Amino acid sequence: MPFKKPSILPGFWPALSYTILYLSLIVLIPLSAVFLKSLTTSWSHLWKVVSSPEVVASYRLSFGASLVAGMISVVIGFLVAWVLVRYQFPGKALADALVDLPFALPTAVAGIALTSLYTENGWLGRYLAPLGIKVAFTPLGVIVALTFIGLPFVVRSVQPVLADADAELEEAASSLGANRWQVFRLVIFPLVRPALLTGFALAFARALGEYGSVIFIAGNMPMKTEITPLLIVTKLEQYDYAGATAIAAVMLTASFLMLLGINALERRTRKFMVTG
Amino acid sequence: MKFTPKWTGAALALLAGSVMFAAGPVKLLNVSYDPTRELYQDINAAFAKQWKSKTGVDVEISQSHGGSGKQARSVIDGLPADVVTLGLAYDIDSIAEHAHLLPANWQTRLPKNSTPYTSTIVFLVRHGNPKHIKDWDDLVRPGVSVIAPNPKSSGGARWAYLAAWGYSLRKNNGDDGKARDFVTRLYRNVPVLDSGARGSTTTFAQRGIGDVLLDWENEAFLALNELGKDRVEVVTPSISILAEPPVAVVDRVAAKHGTTQVAQAYLEFLYTPEGQEIGARHFYRPRSTEVAARYAGRFAQVQLFTVDAVFGGWQKAQKRHFDDGGVFDQIYAPK
Repeated sequence: MPFKKPSILPGFWPALSYTILYLSLIVLIPLSAVFLKSLTTSWSHLWKVVSSPEVVASYRLSFGASLVAGMISVVIGFLVAWVLVRYQFPGKALADALVDLPFALPTAVAGIALTSLYTENGWLGRYLAPLGIKVAFTPLGVIVALTFIGLPFVVRSVQPVLADADAELEEAASSLGANRWQVFRLVIFPLVRPALLTGFALAFARALGEYGSVIFIAGNMPMKTEITPLLIVTKLEQYDYAGATAIAAVMLTASFLMLLGINALERRTRKFMVTG
Repeated sequence: MKFTPKWTGAALALLAGSVMFAAGPVKLLNVSYDPTRELYQDINAAFAKQWKSKTGVDVEISQSHGGSGKQARSVIDGLPADVVTLGLAYDIDSIAEHAHLLPANWQTRLPKNSTPYTSTIVFLVRHGNPKHIKDWDDLVRPGVSVIAPNPKSSGGARWAYLAAWGYSLRKNNGDDGKARDFVTRLYRNVPVLDSGARGSTTTFAQRGIGDVLLDWENEAFLALNELGKDRVEVVTPSISILAEPPVAVVDRVAAKHGTTQVAQAYLEFLYTPEGQEIGARHFYRPRSTEVAARYAGRFAQVQLFTVDAVFGGWQKAQKRHFDDGGVFDQIYAPK
């Protein structure tokens, strides 16, 4: 493959230079500073920090809860997008605007609100407690908070794709004898799959880095409900800059690999759609 | 341009000139911890008035507040604090150790361990004290839910942790194993560890979680005033820790700003009868015996022990209890 495919649009080199310059200034340089800072101490110390049981437990919680929250966001986000695109109902504009609210709200506010709702004497928590379901101060609470902040990413990725998809495609499918489930599985889902993946990747990435809202609802018990970003902050409080950045580097690398994987998957489904 | 002596001399002269002829008031930045916001508002107004009448110079003092450790870190990272007034000596030690902005012996430079006022750890309980919490032993009873911040990230929480440890040592003739057991049982009763003192106060007061909050005495009284006597009560245990939140001039920063003299005077003002009086009004225990006598009714009698006497100083206490892998971590380590 040649480095540059011919294009009728002028301005490839200036555009590419700006892209690289801005990516470097805004993303690459700060992130490499993380890795450099973590190298100010010995490897054995770094390894001890990033592999200590407390930190490993936090990876499990952070990655696990983010994955689960991302998946919940995909299901619910798709439903919300579907309703917003395909139906007309009074108050639709309002509902549409509500979707973005988690973007705008300071996450600490969201965290405090969710915690108040879900503690054992909160509005919702008091009905869940008799059923034996505890949300606040458990990993479940972490998932709730992460779903809250992840939802808009999925809705906003899927919505335009759904809006572009002609309803005639579905009508054609059913006129050819497909039942509703087949229409969804064979027509609608392949159309929105790349968008769902993008939404999932965004929601997942956002959830991994989320701090403000989770801190309040998690309870922050060592080994049980400490998220990785909290441990980074705790290390900083102890002036262990190298340790903090080492954990950050582990998180960064893992997130980068996962995002790379999701993007590759997305590209493949997109290609499959065009050619197949 | 090379830094030849001639150029350096010219630059210095320019610098000196700009300091001497600087128009407007002298500026000071006081970097402090969370609960002192209201205290230093009053102190600053009083000191500015006194300094003006004494020297004819206006002084303008800015305040910065946050968790004690976080504030120390900001100073290490370059927040230009002329003075620091933090929650515990260990944090100022860290500034000396990591950034060398002041000498390691800073704590000997002002009277009383550089601590113009003290505080202690008390209990805040719900109105009517439904769980009958009177002293430390009541905190480890099954079914009592205790709210305290994480000692690894909160200065106040470290005082609370050490207060509990010291109480148990006193009660059991210095038996270290029993103290460890006591503190472990205490933290087993803590359902949520907030990262700072203000966070814990919110958990307890606003969200209604827990039966008792371990808190700075001055914060507890502040919460009492804000929430009202019909919602919470302050319980002072029989024994507690003498919490010494120290103050220091940050030498290198003050020298650069040319504020060494006024910064020094500012901290000394805290020790004057007027400064002590303001402290007492904000529920900090005064060092001056006369002011203390005047405010005797405000502070409950309690036996106080110091970190130095029981734990051999902050450096030792920090290392053994709060560093990674220390006793506090072991409480939560998987069996």
